[in-house]
Amino acid sequence: MIANYGYKDGSGEYYISIDTDKCISCEAGRACLTACPKGMFESMVDDYDDEVVCIKAEFRRNLAYDCAGCKPSTGRAALPCMTACTPAAIKHSW
Amino acid sequence: MSIETTNSSAGEVKPEFWRWQENCWADESKDWRSAKVITVGIDVGSVSSQCVIVADGELYAYNSMRTGNNSPDSAANAFKGVELKTGLTLDDVHMVVGTGYGRVNVPFSHKAITEIACHARGANYMGGNSVRTILDMGGQDCKAIHCDDKGKVTNFLMNDKCAAGTGRGMEVISDLMQIPIAEIGARSFDVEEEPDAVSSICVVFAKSEALGLLKAGWSKNKVVAAYCQAMAERVVSLLERIGVEEGFFITGGIAKNPGVVKRIEKILGIQAVSTKIDSQIAGALGAALFAQTLVQKQGPCKPVALAA
Repeated sequence: MIANYGYKDGSGEYYISIDTDKCISCEAGRACLTACPKGMFESMVDDYDDEVVCIKAEFRRNLAYDCAGCKPSTGRAALPCMTACTPAAIKHSW
Repeated sequence: MSIETTNSSAGEVKPEFWRWQENCWADESKDWRSAKVITVGIDVGSVSSQCVIVADGELYAYNSMRTGNNSPDSAANAFKGVELKTGLTLDDVHMVVGTGYGRVNVPFSHKAITEIACHARGANYMGGNSVRTILDMGGQDCKAIHCDDKGKVTNFLMNDKCAAGTGRGMEVISDLMQIPIAEIGARSFDVEEEPDAVSSICVVFAKSEALGLLKAGWSKNKVVAAYCQAMAERVVSLLERIGVEEGFFITGGIAKNPGVVKRIEKILGIQAVSTKIDSQIAGALGAALFAQTLVQKQGPCKPVALAA
């Protein structure tokens, strides 16, 4: 399942997608949970009883601002969450 | 149709154009007493609450009403509606699953499941197993969902940051235009030429834009046509993010508004799957079907009493 967390508003689309099929059998030991400097990721059991990672509810409507620290307008490095996720389950839409 | 009214503080009677029809139904051809497994789905949404009874895996009864000022009471009232209609009590029920925005506040539920999974499961029942793309236009959010032939979610996104593209947005325009909400769809087609959409980003902007258009001499019908178009464009942009496949199904209150549905179909170039079942009960129906599966797997649960 592809779970998209985020929103679209007048300034653009801000979604973090998590491919839960890759996430279930995480080979990276859920490294995303600690890699995000804002601690935006958390582990949960989804509706189909699989343990997966999701974005915490309090961050879902503020992604443009909460992710801004990792996305400077110039000299942007690889995102910590995507780097930590070796199964490549995490994607950002912007 | 009749318009309900409220008394304002000044004592004047104010018509409520936004108020949609509450609905309680039971299948008279069936008797729940002969069913082996009876399950209940309760969907406490931000605007409406539904209770659905499923008997042996088939839809038996439902109640759809406006959400009150707290989730536990709304859930209890939704159940009491079907209890009154059918004579069925919680003691006769094998499992209750709660869903929707208030799902964790359903005091008599045994499990909570997200509305995304429940809408997919409900749409699979209502539209058949060919349904692949679901658009749920809820009271205060909008969801685009992909599912497989069993109604299991494969991709979803939800927008609950903004009221544009939601039922509440339509209620605001209905009140502003003083057109009963059930008539908006039909009246939006009663225009000489299709207008451009108003703001599709924000209900507040859309409202002020609509007022400006009225002042500029537009007819009410033309303004609601522009708003229906804006809503269609808004939700289509969400759908495009996850992609649209044949077997397109719309749930939620807006599915009853042909002014929005036909415009969505026109933009997408595909027809939505039709159903005779009330589109607003999809979430609660899915919850009751999940409960049915859980009872088959785990056995029945002990009933939890309704609060007095």
